[in-house]
Amino acid sequence: MKVVLAFLGTVMGAVVGLPAISYLISPAARVQKKEAWIPLGPLENYPVEVPTPFSFTRTTVNGWEKTVNSHGAYVVRKGGNELKVYSNMCTHLSCRVTWKDDLHEYICPCHDGHFDAEGRVALGPPPQPLYEYETKIEAGNLFIHFVEG
Amino acid sequence: MVDKILVWVDERLGLTGIYNTVFDRKIPKTNWWFTLGSASLFLFVLQGLTGMFLAVYYVPSPDHAYNSVQYIMDGVAFGWLIRGIHHWGASAMVVVVFIHMLRTFYYAAYKYPREITWLTGVLLLLATLGMGFTGYLLPWNQRAYWATTVGTEIAATAPFIGDFILRVLRGGYDLSAVTLARFFAVHIWFLPAIMAALIGVHLYLVIRVGISAIPKEDE
Repeated sequence: MKVVLAFLGTVMGAVVGLPAISYLISPAARVQKKEAWIPLGPLENYPVEVPTPFSFTRTTVNGWEKTVNSHGAYVVRKGGNELKVYSNMCTHLSCRVTWKDDLHEYICPCHDGHFDAEGRVALGPPPQPLYEYETKIEAGNLFIHFVEG
Repeated sequence: MVDKILVWVDERLGLTGIYNTVFDRKIPKTNWWFTLGSASLFLFVLQGLTGMFLAVYYVPSPDHAYNSVQYIMDGVAFGWLIRGIHHWGASAMVVVVFIHMLRTFYYAAYKYPREITWLTGVLLLLATLGMGFTGYLLPWNQRAYWATTVGTEIAATAPFIGDFILRVLRGGYDLSAVTLARFFAVHIWFLPAIMAALIGVHLYLVIRVGISAIPKEDE
């Protein structure tokens, strides 16, 4: 009798509980992997040895509406076709870093994280260097490989 | 072990006393029509729970109301089920509450000393209809829009103050974003709060003065 009750109770709990939980976590279970080559324009637009900001937006459908997220990157040309592109997202807690010419560092305003010109952590809480985008140059135009999710 | 914990808790909360008062009380001989009150309560709780879940995704704004409902139907796991239960539960509740009232009426169970049980029941029936009326607008589809247009126009036919009632219901002359927002607020806050309070009084009286027996032929 007790076993039957426990069994029926479990079945009924699952029938009610599982749909309810799936309903609540449903948007979290849907992880979209986003990746694209973002054009940054002609390479000669970017001065040599000066970190130059570039921003772009990515649009995703979340639920019943579109979400537009802004992203930023710093293009650092070394001369010729050699260059680095760093994400401006701080590796600590995702605030945005800014290049300070006088300090020769990227500074995060949120918790005073510092990154040097090569994106390495110079000071503060960031656990990792700035993310470096994969790049390619096609017909003199610069592209970065944007990957998310 | 479990028994010990239960005894410990019961000693402090007095759950056995509550259980005996609520469930082990003496009642006259009844029939299946006497289950409609419990059925109404069950439906009220069911509507409350499914409504809480719908509120996770629903947005009461003309920009998003329709799309958020479509998202519940197509985009969320079991959204169709939750909304379906809320939709059909609403109709069922109006029917069950109404038949519950008919039983009380035909058995003359509203007489002394149960007048206040009856009065709170009448208010609960009206509140249930109010829930149906306000909830009908929320999907913000053509049927919802025009049903509310018609419903509020009917209210406007009241002599002298009809026009004022229409503006109060709609929050202005037009059926607008203001209407949707206030119907939503009334649907999820005002009426449920009022109903919970009335159900409390109703049930307290059912326990305090009890329920009436089925009338005999010579009564």
